[in-house]
Amino acid sequence: MSSVRVLVGTRKGAFVLTSDGKRKDWQVSGPFFAGWEIYHMKGSEADSNRIYASQTSGWFGQLIQRSDDGGKTWHQPGLPNEAIPPPGPPAALPNRFAYDTAAKPLTTHQWYDGTQHPWEFKRVWHLEPSLTDPDTVYGGVEDAALFRSTDGGENWQELPGLRGHGTGPQWQPGAGGMGLHTIILDATNPKRMYIAISAAGAFRTDDGGATWKPINKGLRSQYIPDPNAEIGHCVHHVAIHRARPDVLFMQKHWDVMRSDDAGEHWREVSGNLPTDFGFAIDVHAHEPETLYVVPIKSDSEHFPIEGKLRVYRSRTGGNEWEPLAKGLPEKDCYVNVLRDAMAVDTLDQCGVYFGTTGGQVYASADAGDNWMPIVRDLPAVLSVEVQTMN
Amino acid sequence: MRVALPYHLRNLARIEGDVLLVVTAPVTLRAVLDALETHYPMLRGTIRDYGTGQRRAFLRFFACAEDWSLASPDAELPEAIAAGKEPLLILGAIAGG
Repeated sequence: MSSVRVLVGTRKGAFVLTSDGKRKDWQVSGPFFAGWEIYHMKGSEADSNRIYASQTSGWFGQLIQRSDDGGKTWHQPGLPNEAIPPPGPPAALPNRFAYDTAAKPLTTHQWYDGTQHPWEFKRVWHLEPSLTDPDTVYGGVEDAALFRSTDGGENWQELPGLRGHGTGPQWQPGAGGMGLHTIILDATNPKRMYIAISAAGAFRTDDGGATWKPINKGLRSQYIPDPNAEIGHCVHHVAIHRARPDVLFMQKHWDVMRSDDAGEHWREVSGNLPTDFGFAIDVHAHEPETLYVVPIKSDSEHFPIEGKLRVYRSRTGGNEWEPLAKGLPEKDCYVNVLRDAMAVDTLDQCGVYFGTTGGQVYASADAGDNWMPIVRDLPAVLSVEVQTMN
Repeated sequence: MRVALPYHLRNLARIEGDVLLVVTAPVTLRAVLDALETHYPMLRGTIRDYGTGQRRAFLRFFACAEDWSLASPDAELPEAIAAGKEPLLILGAIAGG
Protein backbone atom coordinates (compact mmCIF):
# COMPACT_ATOMS: atom_id res chain seq x y z
CA MET A 1 0.00 0.00 0.00
CA SER A 2 1.57 3.26 -1.06
CA SER A 3 1.30 6.47 0.90
CA VAL A 4 2.62 10.00 0.89
CA ARG A 5 3.86 12.29 3.61
CA VAL A 6 3.88 16.02 2.98
CA LEU A 7 6.31 17.98 5.15
CA VAL A 8 5.26 21.59 5.62
CA GLY A 9 7.46 24.26 7.17
CA THR A 10 5.69 27.46 8.21
CA ARG A 11 6.38 30.76 9.93
CA LYS A 12 5.04 29.33 13.17
CA GLY A 13 5.83 25.65 13.23
CA ALA A 14 5.96 22.42 11.26
CA PHE A 15 3.17 20.17 10.07
CA VAL A 16 3.12 16.66 8.65
CA LEU A 17 0.28 15.76 6.30
CA THR A 18 -0.25 12.10 5.44
CA SER A 19 -2.49 10.19 3.08
CA ASP A 20 -2.68 6.90 1.28
CA GLY A 21 -1.89 6.68 -2.40
CA LYS A 22 -5.30 7.99 -3.38
CA ARG A 23 -4.39 11.34 -1.84
CA LYS A 24 -7.96 12.31 -1.04
CA ASP A 25 -8.20 11.88 2.71
CA TRP A 26 -5.50 13.54 4.76
CA GLN A 27 -4.38 13.45 8.35
CA VAL A 28 -2.73 16.56 9.75
CA SER A 29 -0.26 16.39 12.62
CA GLY A 30 1.43 19.34 14.28
CA PRO A 31 2.28 22.00 14.95
CA PHE A 32 5.73 20.78 15.84
CA PHE A 33 8.08 23.44 17.25
CA ALA A 34 5.09 25.78 17.62
CA GLY A 35 5.95 29.42 17.28
CA TRP A 36 9.31 28.85 15.57
CA GLU A 37 10.06 29.46 11.92
CA ILE A 38 10.61 26.20 10.09
CA TYR A 39 12.42 27.20 6.95
CA HIS A 40 12.67 23.69 5.58
CA MET A 41 12.04 20.03 6.34
CA LYS A 42 13.13 17.15 4.18
CA GLY A 43 13.20 13.39 4.47
CA SER A 44 15.99 11.03 3.58
CA GLU A 45 15.53 8.89 0.50
CA ALA A 46 17.78 6.29 2.10
CA ASP A 47 15.51 6.01 5.15
CA SER A 48 12.03 7.46 4.95
CA ASN A 49 11.76 7.61 8.74
CA ARG A 50 14.65 10.07 8.89
CA ILE A 51 13.55 13.68 8.52
CA TYR A 52 15.55 16.84 9.12
CA ALA A 53 14.07 20.22 10.02
CA SER A 54 15.56 23.69 10.23
CA GLN A 55 14.11 25.44 13.28
CA THR A 56 15.05 29.08 13.52
CA SER A 57 14.23 32.25 15.39
CA GLY A 58 15.39 35.82 15.33
CA TRP A 59 15.44 35.69 19.11
CA PHE A 60 16.95 32.30 19.86
CA GLY A 61 19.00 31.43 16.80
CA GLN A 62 19.32 28.25 14.77
CA LEU A 63 18.48 24.70 15.78
CA ILE A 64 18.37 21.49 13.80
CA GLN A 65 15.72 18.93 14.62
CA ARG A 66 15.65 15.33 13.53
CA SER A 67 13.01 12.65 13.48
CA ASP A 68 13.83 8.96 13.23
CA ASP A 69 10.23 7.79 13.15
CA GLY A 70 8.70 9.59 10.21
CA GLY A 71 7.89 12.82 12.01
CA LYS A 72 6.15 11.47 15.09
CA THR A 73 8.88 12.51 17.53
CA TRP A 74 11.80 14.88 17.19
CA HIS A 75 15.06 15.67 18.92
CA GLN A 76 18.11 17.83 18.46
CA PRO A 77 20.87 15.61 17.08
CA GLY A 78 23.59 15.04 19.62
CA LEU A 79 21.39 15.63 22.62
CA PRO A 80 19.68 13.04 24.76
CA ASN A 81 16.09 12.50 23.85
CA GLU A 82 14.72 12.35 27.36
CA ALA A 83 12.84 15.04 29.23
CA ILE A 84 15.74 16.24 31.33
CA PRO A 85 19.31 15.39 30.33
CA PRO A 86 21.57 13.98 33.00
CA PRO A 87 23.79 16.46 34.83
CA GLY A 88 27.30 16.99 33.61
CA PRO A 89 28.92 18.71 30.69
CA PRO A 90 27.10 18.41 27.38
CA ALA A 91 28.57 15.83 25.08
CA ALA A 92 28.81 18.19 22.17
CA LEU A 93 28.04 21.62 20.87
CA PRO A 94 25.08 20.64 18.74
CA ASN A 95 23.74 22.44 15.74
CA ARG A 96 26.57 24.87 15.45
CA PHE A 97 27.22 26.38 12.05
CA ALA A 98 30.63 28.01 12.11
CA TYR A 99 32.25 29.24 8.92
CA ASP A 100 35.56 27.52 8.26
CA THR A 101 37.69 30.60 8.50
CA ALA A 102 40.87 28.58 8.77
CA ALA A 103 40.40 27.22 5.29
CA LYS A 104 38.87 30.33 3.77
CA PRO A 105 39.00 33.63 5.67
CA LEU A 106 35.71 35.44 5.94
CA THR A 107 35.43 38.12 3.33
CA THR A 108 32.72 40.70 2.92
CA HIS A 109 29.80 40.65 0.52
CA GLN A 110 27.91 43.42 -1.18
CA TRP A 111 25.21 45.07 0.90
CA TYR A 112 21.96 46.49 -0.48
CA ASP A 113 23.51 49.91 -0.98
CA GLY A 114 26.57 48.57 -2.76
CA THR A 115 28.90 48.85 0.21
CA GLN A 116 30.72 45.84 1.61
CA HIS A 117 29.24 44.04 4.61
CA PRO A 118 30.63 41.38 6.95
CA TRP A 119 29.61 37.75 6.44
CA GLU A 120 27.31 36.70 9.33
CA PHE A 121 25.52 33.43 9.94
CA LYS A 122 21.77 33.90 10.34
CA ARG A 123 19.87 30.69 9.62
CA VAL A 124 19.60 27.47 7.64
CA TRP A 125 17.40 27.88 4.59
CA HIS A 126 17.53 24.42 3.08
CA LEU A 127 18.42 20.89 4.18
CA GLU A 128 19.25 18.30 1.54
CA PRO A 129 19.73 14.75 2.77
CA SER A 130 22.14 12.49 0.94
CA LEU A 131 20.52 10.17 -1.56
CA THR A 132 22.30 7.14 -0.08
CA ASP A 133 23.25 7.81 3.55
CA PRO A 134 20.63 8.91 6.08
CA ASP A 135 23.30 10.41 8.34
CA THR A 136 24.68 12.71 5.68
CA VAL A 137 22.84 15.94 5.03
CA TYR A 138 23.76 19.25 3.42
CA GLY A 139 22.69 22.63 4.77
CA GLY A 140 22.38 25.82 2.77
CA VAL A 141 22.63 28.85 5.03
CA GLU A 142 22.33 32.62 5.19
CA ASP A 143 24.78 34.39 4.81
CA ALA A 144 25.41 32.09 1.91
CA ALA A 145 27.53 29.01 2.50
CA LEU A 146 27.20 25.26 2.23
CA PHE A 147 27.60 22.96 5.23
CA ARG A 148 27.58 19.19 5.56
CA SER A 149 26.91 16.83 8.44
CA THR A 150 27.91 13.20 8.27
CA ASP A 151 26.63 12.26 11.73
CA GLY A 152 22.93 12.81 11.44
CA GLY A 153 22.97 16.55 11.93
CA GLU A 154 24.97 16.70 15.14
CA ASN A 155 28.10 18.35 13.80
CA TRP A 156 28.35 20.54 10.74
CA GLN A 157 31.38 21.41 8.65
CA GLU A 158 31.44 24.08 6.02
CA LEU A 159 32.50 23.22 2.48
CA PRO A 160 34.48 26.43 2.30
CA GLY A 161 35.39 26.27 -1.36
CA LEU A 162 32.05 27.81 -2.27
CA ARG A 163 32.12 30.82 0.04
CA GLY A 164 35.81 31.16 -0.70
CA HIS A 165 35.27 31.03 -4.43
CA GLY A 166 36.64 34.53 -4.76
CA THR A 167 33.52 36.20 -6.09
CA GLY A 168 32.07 36.62 -2.59
CA PRO A 169 32.47 40.41 -2.53
CA GLN A 170 30.09 40.53 -5.52
CA TRP A 171 27.37 38.45 -3.88
CA GLN A 172 24.49 40.42 -2.45
CA PRO A 173 21.33 39.66 -0.49
CA GLY A 174 17.97 39.39 -2.14
CA ALA A 175 14.97 40.85 -0.37
CA GLY A 176 14.82 37.84 1.92
CA GLY A 177 18.52 37.78 2.72
CA MET A 178 21.61 36.25 1.15
CA GLY A 179 20.54 32.67 1.40
CA LEU A 180 21.80 29.49 -0.19
CA HIS A 181 18.39 28.05 -0.92
CA THR A 182 18.82 25.33 -3.52
CA ILE A 183 20.92 22.18 -3.23
CA ILE A 184 20.63 19.54 -5.94
CA LEU A 185 22.48 16.23 -5.72
CA ASP A 186 23.21 14.34 -8.91
CA ALA A 187 22.06 10.74 -8.47
CA THR A 188 24.33 9.58 -11.26
CA ASN A 189 27.46 11.36 -10.11
CA PRO A 190 28.15 11.71 -6.37
CA LYS A 191 30.85 14.28 -7.07
CA ARG A 192 28.45 16.68 -8.75
CA MET A 193 26.16 19.14 -6.99
CA TYR A 194 24.33 22.28 -7.96
CA ILE A 195 23.51 25.10 -5.59
CA ALA A 196 21.89 28.50 -5.98
CA ILE A 197 22.13 31.69 -3.97
CA SER A 198 20.07 34.86 -3.92
CA ALA A 199 21.58 36.97 -5.26
CA ALA A 200 24.80 35.48 -6.48
CA GLY A 201 23.56 32.89 -8.95
CA ALA A 202 23.96 29.18 -9.56
CA PHE A 203 27.16 27.20 -8.98
CA ARG A 204 28.25 23.65 -9.76
CA THR A 205 30.86 21.41 -8.23
CA ASP A 206 32.30 18.36 -9.98
CA ASP A 207 34.63 17.35 -7.18
CA GLY A 208 32.34 16.81 -4.25
CA GLY A 209 32.26 20.42 -3.12
CA ALA A 210 35.96 21.26 -3.04
CA THR A 211 35.76 23.73 -5.91
CA TRP A 212 32.84 25.49 -7.54
CA LYS A 213 32.10 27.07 -10.88
CA PRO A 214 29.54 29.82 -11.47
CA ILE A 215 27.04 28.61 -14.07
CA ASN A 216 25.15 31.71 -15.06
CA LYS A 217 25.90 32.30 -18.75
CA GLY A 218 22.79 33.42 -20.51
CA LEU A 219 21.07 34.87 -17.47
CA ARG A 220 20.01 38.50 -17.83
CA SER A 221 19.07 40.63 -14.85
CA GLN A 222 17.78 44.14 -15.32
CA TYR A 223 19.45 45.42 -12.17
CA ILE A 224 22.91 44.31 -13.33
CA PRO A 225 24.35 46.72 -15.89
CA ASP A 226 26.76 44.15 -17.36
CA PRO A 227 24.77 41.88 -19.70
CA ASN A 228 27.43 39.19 -19.35
CA ALA A 229 27.73 39.33 -15.59
CA GLU A 230 28.85 36.02 -14.18
CA ILE A 231 27.73 36.82 -10.63
CA GLY A 232 24.87 38.69 -8.98
CA HIS A 233 21.80 37.05 -10.49
CA CYS A 234 18.81 36.54 -8.25
CA VAL A 235 18.12 32.87 -8.89
CA HIS A 236 14.94 31.91 -7.08
CA HIS A 237 14.99 28.16 -7.54
CA VAL A 238 16.37 25.38 -9.73
CA ALA A 239 14.90 21.92 -10.41
CA ILE A 240 15.95 18.83 -12.31
CA HIS A 241 14.53 15.47 -13.27
CA ARG A 242 16.46 12.75 -11.49
CA ALA A 243 17.04 10.72 -14.65
CA ARG A 244 18.39 13.66 -16.62
CA PRO A 245 20.66 15.59 -14.29
CA ASP A 246 22.29 17.71 -16.99
CA VAL A 247 19.00 19.44 -17.78
CA LEU A 248 18.24 22.25 -15.35
CA PHE A 249 15.16 24.43 -15.06
CA MET A 250 15.36 27.73 -13.24
CA GLN A 251 12.85 30.22 -11.95
CA LYS A 252 14.85 33.40 -11.80
CA HIS A 253 13.67 36.66 -10.25
CA TRP A 254 12.25 37.36 -13.68
CA ASP A 255 12.50 34.71 -16.42
CA VAL A 256 12.09 30.96 -16.51
CA MET A 257 15.31 29.47 -17.85
CA ARG A 258 16.61 26.14 -19.10
CA SER A 259 20.04 24.62 -19.47
CA ASP A 260 20.79 21.42 -21.37
CA ASP A 261 24.46 21.26 -20.47
CA ALA A 262 24.64 21.19 -16.68
CA GLY A 263 24.34 24.93 -16.40
CA GLU A 264 27.07 25.92 -18.87
CA HIS A 265 24.55 27.88 -20.91
CA TRP A 266 21.00 29.03 -20.22
CA ARG A 267 18.16 30.04 -22.50
CA GLU A 268 14.86 31.58 -21.65
CA VAL A 269 11.75 29.36 -21.85
CA SER A 270 9.19 31.74 -20.38
CA GLY A 271 7.24 31.56 -23.64
CA ASN A 272 3.56 32.37 -23.20
CA LEU A 273 3.55 32.70 -19.42
CA PRO A 274 1.42 35.67 -18.33
CA THR A 275 4.33 36.79 -16.15
CA ASP A 276 7.67 35.12 -15.76
CA PHE A 277 8.28 36.35 -12.25
CA GLY A 278 7.90 33.72 -9.55
CA PHE A 279 9.66 31.62 -6.99
CA ALA A 280 8.74 27.92 -7.24
CA ILE A 281 9.55 25.51 -10.02
CA ASP A 282 9.50 21.72 -10.19
CA VAL A 283 9.60 18.83 -12.63
CA HIS A 284 7.15 15.95 -13.06
CA ALA A 285 8.45 12.76 -11.45
CA HIS A 286 8.12 10.65 -14.61
CA GLU A 287 8.10 13.15 -17.49
CA PRO A 288 11.39 15.05 -17.71
CA GLU A 289 9.93 17.63 -20.08
CA THR A 290 6.93 18.45 -17.89
CA LEU A 291 7.48 21.28 -15.47
CA TYR A 292 5.47 23.49 -13.17
CA VAL A 293 5.71 27.12 -12.09
CA VAL A 294 3.41 29.48 -10.21
CA PRO A 295 3.53 32.86 -11.97
CA ILE A 296 3.54 35.82 -9.60
CA LYS A 297 2.60 39.26 -10.86
CA SER A 298 5.87 41.09 -10.24
CA ASP A 299 8.70 41.77 -7.86
CA SER A 300 6.66 44.66 -6.51
CA GLU A 301 3.39 42.75 -6.17
CA HIS A 302 3.99 39.27 -4.81
CA PHE A 303 0.64 37.71 -5.65
CA PRO A 304 -1.06 36.07 -8.62
CA ILE A 305 -2.31 38.13 -11.53
CA GLU A 306 -5.91 39.33 -11.15
CA GLY A 307 -6.28 37.46 -7.88
CA LYS A 308 -6.47 34.10 -9.71
CA LEU A 309 -4.17 31.43 -8.34
CA ARG A 310 -2.79 29.39 -11.24
CA VAL A 311 -0.14 26.76 -11.65
CA TYR A 312 1.30 26.72 -15.14
CA ARG A 313 2.46 23.48 -16.70
CA SER A 314 4.66 22.96 -19.71
CA ARG A 315 4.80 19.53 -21.32
CA THR A 316 7.45 20.66 -23.77
CA GLY A 317 10.27 21.61 -21.46
CA GLY A 318 9.22 25.23 -21.44
CA ASN A 319 8.00 27.92 -23.87
CA GLU A 320 4.51 26.43 -24.24
CA TRP A 321 2.56 26.73 -21.00
CA GLU A 322 -1.01 25.91 -19.97
CA PRO A 323 -2.81 27.29 -16.93
CA LEU A 324 -4.03 24.79 -14.35
CA ALA A 325 -6.92 26.20 -12.36
CA LYS A 326 -9.40 23.47 -11.45
CA GLY A 327 -9.84 23.61 -7.71
CA LEU A 328 -7.71 26.72 -7.21
CA PRO A 329 -9.10 30.13 -6.19
CA GLU A 330 -10.72 31.95 -9.10
CA LYS A 331 -10.77 35.38 -7.48
CA ASP A 332 -9.58 37.50 -4.58
CA CYS A 333 -6.47 35.43 -4.02
CA TYR A 334 -3.41 37.46 -3.08
CA VAL A 335 -0.99 34.94 -1.67
CA ASN A 336 2.54 34.07 -2.69
CA VAL A 337 4.17 30.68 -3.26
CA LEU A 338 7.74 30.68 -2.01
CA ARG A 339 10.72 29.01 -3.64
CA ASP A 340 10.83 25.83 -1.57
CA ALA A 341 7.06 25.48 -1.31
CA MET A 342 6.41 23.16 -4.27
CA ALA A 343 7.15 19.45 -4.58
CA VAL A 344 6.09 16.33 -6.44
CA ASP A 345 5.57 12.75 -5.32
CA THR A 346 6.71 9.71 -7.29
CA LEU A 347 3.51 7.69 -7.43
CA ASP A 348 2.53 6.38 -10.87
CA GLN A 349 0.10 9.25 -11.26
CA CYS A 350 2.44 12.03 -10.23
CA GLY A 351 1.18 14.21 -7.41
CA VAL A 352 2.02 17.91 -7.25
CA TYR A 353 1.88 19.99 -4.07
CA PHE A 354 2.41 23.59 -3.12
CA GLY A 355 1.87 25.83 -0.11
CA THR A 356 1.03 29.51 0.07
CA THR A 357 1.80 32.43 2.31
CA GLY A 358 -1.90 32.37 3.15
CA GLY A 359 -1.48 29.00 4.84
CA GLN A 360 -3.08 26.77 2.22
CA VAL A 361 -1.47 23.58 1.03
CA TYR A 362 -2.87 22.39 -2.29
CA ALA A 363 -2.48 18.93 -3.79
CA SER A 364 -3.11 17.50 -7.20
CA ALA A 365 -3.19 13.72 -7.54
CA ASP A 366 -3.29 13.89 -11.33
CA ALA A 367 -0.23 15.86 -12.34
CA GLY A 368 -1.93 19.21 -11.99
CA ASP A 369 -5.23 18.70 -13.79
CA ASN A 370 -7.28 18.98 -10.60
CA TRP A 371 -6.41 20.54 -7.25
CA MET A 372 -7.78 20.36 -3.74
CA PRO A 373 -6.66 22.02 -0.53
CA ILE A 374 -5.27 19.63 2.06
CA VAL A 375 -5.38 22.39 4.66
CA ARG A 376 -6.50 26.00 4.37
CA ASP A 377 -5.48 27.80 7.50
CA LEU A 378 -1.90 27.07 8.47
CA PRO A 379 0.58 29.85 9.20
CA ALA A 380 2.38 31.20 6.13
CA VAL A 381 3.99 28.25 4.35
CA LEU A 382 7.75 28.48 3.82
CA SER A 383 8.44 25.03 2.41
CA VAL A 384 6.76 21.89 1.15
CA GLU A 385 8.47 18.56 0.58
CA VAL A 386 6.96 15.17 -0.18
CA GLN A 387 7.97 11.65 0.75
CA THR A 388 6.53 8.75 -1.23
CA MET A 389 6.32 5.40 0.51
CA ASN A 390 5.62 2.37 -1.63
CA MET B 1 18.74 29.91 42.55
CA ARG B 2 15.94 30.37 40.03
CA VAL B 3 15.91 31.34 36.35
CA ALA B 4 12.75 32.35 34.49
CA LEU B 5 12.98 31.54 30.79
CA PRO B 6 10.84 32.81 27.92
CA TYR B 7 8.05 30.57 26.65
CA HIS B 8 9.87 29.13 23.65
CA LEU B 9 12.95 28.21 25.65
CA ARG B 10 10.87 26.52 28.35
CA ASN B 11 9.29 24.45 25.61
CA LEU B 12 12.64 23.67 24.07
CA ALA B 13 14.00 22.52 27.43
CA ARG B 14 10.73 20.71 28.18
CA ILE B 15 10.24 22.37 31.53
CA GLU B 16 7.45 24.20 33.29
CA GLY B 17 7.96 27.10 35.63
CA ASP B 18 11.30 28.44 36.79
CA VAL B 19 14.51 26.49 36.38
CA LEU B 20 16.12 25.60 39.70
CA LEU B 21 19.91 25.58 39.66
CA VAL B 22 22.68 25.18 42.16
CA VAL B 23 25.40 27.69 41.38
CA THR B 24 28.42 28.04 43.58
CA ALA B 25 29.62 31.50 44.51
CA PRO B 26 30.38 33.88 42.99
CA VAL B 27 26.97 33.83 41.28
CA THR B 28 27.48 35.71 38.06
CA LEU B 29 25.59 35.77 34.76
CA ARG B 30 28.31 33.63 33.24
CA ALA B 31 28.14 31.08 36.05
CA VAL B 32 24.36 30.92 35.84
CA LEU B 33 24.34 30.45 32.08
CA ASP B 34 27.11 27.86 32.29
CA ALA B 35 25.05 25.89 34.80
CA LEU B 36 21.88 26.33 32.80
CA GLU B 37 23.49 25.07 29.60
CA THR B 38 25.11 22.18 31.41
CA HIS B 39 21.79 20.89 32.66
CA TYR B 40 19.84 21.87 29.56
CA PRO B 41 22.26 21.53 26.64
CA MET B 42 19.49 22.10 24.13
CA LEU B 43 19.61 25.73 25.21
CA ARG B 44 23.20 26.18 24.07
CA GLY B 45 23.34 28.87 21.46
CA THR B 46 19.82 30.12 22.13
CA ILE B 47 20.68 32.65 24.87
CA ARG B 48 24.26 33.50 24.00
CA ASP B 49 26.21 32.97 20.82
CA TYR B 50 28.14 29.70 20.55
CA GLY B 51 31.34 31.27 19.44
CA THR B 52 31.52 34.63 21.18
CA GLY B 53 29.46 33.95 24.28
CA GLN B 54 27.70 37.25 23.69
CA ARG B 55 24.05 37.66 24.68
CA ARG B 56 21.81 37.22 21.65
CA ALA B 57 20.64 40.59 20.43
CA PHE B 58 16.93 40.13 21.10
CA LEU B 59 17.23 38.80 24.64
CA ARG B 60 17.40 40.79 27.87
CA PHE B 61 18.45 39.92 31.42
CA PHE B 62 16.71 41.39 34.48
CA ALA B 63 17.60 40.89 38.15
CA CYS B 64 15.65 42.44 41.02
CA ALA B 65 13.87 44.83 38.65
CA GLU B 66 17.17 46.05 37.19
CA ASP B 67 18.33 45.60 33.61
CA TRP B 68 21.48 43.47 33.56
CA SER B 69 21.55 43.02 29.79
CA LEU B 70 24.64 45.13 29.35
CA ALA B 71 26.33 44.18 32.60
CA SER B 72 29.60 42.32 32.67
CA PRO B 73 29.02 38.56 32.62
CA ASP B 74 31.42 38.32 35.53
CA ALA B 75 29.66 40.81 37.81
CA GLU B 76 28.07 39.23 40.86
CA LEU B 77 24.30 39.13 40.75
CA PRO B 78 22.28 40.54 43.69
CA GLU B 79 22.09 38.46 46.84
CA ALA B 80 18.36 37.93 46.37
CA ILE B 81 19.09 36.24 43.03
CA ALA B 82 21.94 34.13 44.42
CA ALA B 83 19.76 33.03 47.31
CA GLY B 84 16.85 32.11 45.09
CA LYS B 85 14.49 34.67 46.59
CA GLU B 86 14.08 36.33 43.22
CA PRO B 87 14.45 34.71 39.79
CA LEU B 88 16.88 35.87 37.14
CA LEU B 89 14.60 36.89 34.29
CA ILE B 90 15.59 36.11 30.71
CA LEU B 91 13.16 37.82 28.38
CA GLY B 92 12.66 38.12 24.67
CA ALA B 93 12.84 41.72 23.57
CA ILE B 94 9.59 43.02 22.11
CA ALA B 95 10.57 43.31 18.49
CA GLY B 96 7.72 41.78 16.55
CA GLY B 97 6.46 38.24 16.53
